[in-house]
Amino acid sequence: MLVLAIDTSNRAMSVALVRDQTVLGETTINVRKTHSESLMPAVAQLFKSTSLLPAAVDRFVVAQGPGSYTGIRIAVTTAKTFAWTLHKELVGISSLAALAANVTTSAGLIIPVFNARRDAAFTGAYRWQNGELVSVLADRHTPMASWLAELATQTAPLQFIGDDVESFRPQITAKLGQQAQFVSGIDNLPHASKLALLGQTAQPVANIHRFAPNYLRITEAEANWLKQHPTNEGHEPYVEEI
Amino acid sequence: MTEKKPELILAFESSCDETSVAVVEDGVKIRSNVIASQINSQKRFGGVVPEVASRHHVEQVTLCAEEAMTQAGVTYGDLTAVAVTYGPGLVGALLIGVSAAKAVAFAHQLPLIPVNHMAGHIYAARLVKPLVYPLMALLVSGGHTELVYMRGAGEFEIIGDTRDDAAGEAFDKVGRVLNLAYPAGKKIDDLSKLGQDTFNFPRAMIKDANYDFSFSGLKSAFINKVHNAEQRGEKLSKPDLAASFQASVIDVLITKTMRACQAYGVGQLVLAGGVAANSALRSALTSAIDQEDPNLDFVVPPIRLCSDNGAMIGAAAHVMMARGARADLDLNADPSLSFAYAEEVLN
Ligand SMILES: Nc1ncnc2c1ncn2[C@@H]1O[C@H](COP(=O)(O)OP(=O)(O)OP(=O)(O)O)[C@@H](O)[C@H]1O
Ligand SMILES: [Mg+2]
Repeated sequence: MLVLAIDTSNRAMSVALVRDQTVLGETTINVRKTHSESLMPAVAQLFKSTSLLPAAVDRFVVAQGPGSYTGIRIAVTTAKTFAWTLHKELVGISSLAALAANVTTSAGLIIPVFNARRDAAFTGAYRWQNGELVSVLADRHTPMASWLAELATQTAPLQFIGDDVESFRPQITAKLGQQAQFVSGIDNLPHASKLALLGQTAQPVANIHRFAPNYLRITEAEANWLKQHPTNEGHEPYVEEI
Repeated sequence: MTEKKPELILAFESSCDETSVAVVEDGVKIRSNVIASQINSQKRFGGVVPEVASRHHVEQVTLCAEEAMTQAGVTYGDLTAVAVTYGPGLVGALLIGVSAAKAVAFAHQLPLIPVNHMAGHIYAARLVKPLVYPLMALLVSGGHTELVYMRGAGEFEIIGDTRDDAAGEAFDKVGRVLNLAYPAGKKIDDLSKLGQDTFNFPRAMIKDANYDFSFSGLKSAFINKVHNAEQRGEKLSKPDLAASFQASVIDVLITKTMRACQAYGVGQLVLAGGVAANSALRSALTSAIDQEDPNLDFVVPPIRLCSDNGAMIGAAAHVMMARGARADLDLNADPSLSFAYAEEVLN
């Protein structure tokens, strides 16, 4: 199975072409440039250097969020459009799981963290079980303080991973001490080849058109609206063909 | 002799709160024009919330594209190019159309044509009849109020624009004061038919020796009038308020547009953008032309083509493609994309 995997959930962008268990190519770019500019040239270069065509891809795998709203929309829109227009399979994988998959040696819990600003994070807890990465504590948007309090009740070692962990490090060590371990160097960056491997065993989505990012947060405008209009009277459907 | 294949452009538009995909033949014929409007959602907020708009676009874009292809009865092998609006507009919203268009273009090895949304509004007129240059376009929409001079196909020079609010923005803001749901333009248009210009609001910049506009003073005058009356416990006629506001906007637009047409000696005037749907503006321009410049050819698209749609992007793409416009795969959204101003063109 030939897979194209795309992750633009955070600052780093990663794309990979993987056939079965073989990584044919992977590009990761970690500079402040918009994903809109970097993504498609990187994808095109991958196809060119592997002498493959998009039509040869069997399955498009995308990091579906959480993450930067704009980032996950670019990856999701690109992947779903490819899958739709080429009549291929589409798989969405948690962006947190994709990052957690970088840690292969841990016997404890793997804690991927994205900074969600205002002392909050997108995070969750994962563990390898019989060669499979499983979600132990579901992906969430949470204040860092209450998340660390919840993690403190765990007995297993906690392996924190992600470029953003550094900004929370004092807080994490203060709360968890020796229980917290930190991943070093390039493992903190997403690698789309890992995403591709996770995507190979996952179930393809049934309705490509309806496929959307997992933001894990409703917009502020909608939250305020729902507070004042709990029944949301008369506004559905939100989008209509005219 | 083999028959010449028609040029078919698949065009994406997602700059604001409509997701639209169209197939346009030879820049003049609409083969399909699928429009998904978010008005029902955005009117909860009294205006467009960018993050909400972007979220809706992701859920609509492939659906619209599929329907556009199906309705047009075309396959990818039939397509000549893929076109997309890359600005101006809401950056997050634009990025959905740009990402989708790139994926389709790359997947099928088709050229990608970048289109300025405002060029799209003007070229909606080409779906009605041939354009004759030089021409003048009065572009009145939610975010723009511009007089655009066109020496030739695909050549745009702004000779005048608004110093503050756009015309459509003024309609929407005044509508809020009258408790009309967003977007209020059409409702003010309808309400005005029941009233008269009794309030005599100011006609800003109407006598100035330039082609610029200003609508924020009118908006303030309107709001003051309503609030002062409220404080006195007086009830003003809503239809008269609407008609008075609209008359002020139209007066200024028409005076400056007619002056520009004469000064630049154009033979054709195009009315474009969402506010071009306004029935009083359409008929007032028609009679101004009858009286002052009967040889001026007036083109205004049907109402469906005045608001945002993919077909107008396909029509503009046809012209820009002939002029050699091509986007690379690194095409980005440009939220503040603008035509050049006349003085820049001369320099
Ligand atoms: N009949 C009408 N009379 C007056 N205004 C109208 C009418 N119908 C629509 N409008 C106005 O047109 C505007 C929408 O036009 P359009 O969709 O072209 O704007 P936009 O795409 O949001 O902005 P832009 O094109 O400048 O980026 C709204 O402000 C709306 O109130
Ligand atoms: Mg518009």
